[in-house]
Amino acid sequence: MPSTSLERVLLVLPAWNEQDALPGVLDEIRETLPGVGVLVVNDCSSDRTSAIAHAAGVQVLDLPLNLGVGGAMRAGYHFARDHGYDVAVQLDADGQHDPAEVPLLLEALDAKGVDVVIGARFAGRGEYDVRGPRRWAMRLMSWVLSRITGASLTDATSGFKACGPRAIALYAVDYPAEYLGDTIESLVIGARAGLVVTQVGVRMRPRAGGNASHNPLKSLIFLVRAVVALVIALTRPKMSVHDRAVS
Amino acid sequence: MTGYGFALALVGVVLLTIIQLLRTRRLREKYATAWIAVAFVVVVIGVFPDLLFALASLVGVQTPLNLLFALGGVVLLVVCIQFSVEITSLEAETRTLAEEVALLRHDVRRLQTGTDRAEPTAHADPSRAEGTDAGES
Repeated sequence: MPSTSLERVLLVLPAWNEQDALPGVLDEIRETLPGVGVLVVNDCSSDRTSAIAHAAGVQVLDLPLNLGVGGAMRAGYHFARDHGYDVAVQLDADGQHDPAEVPLLLEALDAKGVDVVIGARFAGRGEYDVRGPRRWAMRLMSWVLSRITGASLTDATSGFKACGPRAIALYAVDYPAEYLGDTIESLVIGARAGLVVTQVGVRMRPRAGGNASHNPLKSLIFLVRAVVALVIALTRPKMSVHDRAVS
Repeated sequence: MTGYGFALALVGVVLLTIIQLLRTRRLREKYATAWIAVAFVVVVIGVFPDLLFALASLVGVQTPLNLLFALGGVVLLVVCIQFSVEITSLEAETRTLAEEVALLRHDVRRLQTGTDRAEPTAHADPSRAEGTDAGES
């Protein structure tokens, strides 16, 4: 088991209209990770997401506006920082990420100097299947982000991530809300601020509802937007973790 | 009435409108400056139309009117970009406020129910007092 006590770990679940999947995920967390901090960031859902989360007795942030995953996550990191958590783990509320894999991420985070651990889909474990232009886009992003972060990343667009104290301090103030900002740009921001990024292979489950698009046109748009996001992120002025970090 | 007179009258109306908006604080001065500058240029050209002809031959534009249209397009473009920038910063501010509201709502709820059952961390580590939750920015 990782040396970080589970009580110092906050699972952040950005949730937008996840009333169907959320109860199962929360139950699973309770079983597999007893004592862990859980924060559901309700991204202005129109369904019963908030009520379900409150009823489950976990901590809840109810955003008054829909901010997207990036917006929800910055609120989560902000919360983690203010409440003194050492580790914040992003976990999708749709059940795609298996809570049982969280200890793997925590273990990797324990390694000396590691700030961000990505749970990667294409790292040998599990059978997550994406084909066509979308896969090429993901590969291209991973290749470029590997160069930038200096780590060997196979799945840079994964949302399954664990962040240490330095990463929390940075992301609490600077976490992009743009499309793809929560994956691609956040890694660029982290790497350029001097955060150490690494990855571990995880199993991913099919999403509870809906599926990733395999429409070629949509995939092409995804590729273009990803490249634009990356280029913009790379040309942004640098931001040091020490400039903004709250000790 | 000449075309220039018409232009001057139009500018007069625009200027009065902007000044009225400024007086009633429905328009901030940082947005009004561009429009007042445009109005000023139109007045100058309206009074001394020869200026436009001189300027057109100076920059090599055959028809002075085209120069005017081109400049008008540039001005509108610049103003649109300024608005986009302002909207972006407004969105960033809105996002920060939304975040803050959510965090405050969480704190209010916790205070109302008077329980810390969902807050193991706050008690696990005495060095982190409850009070530190609020003040940081």
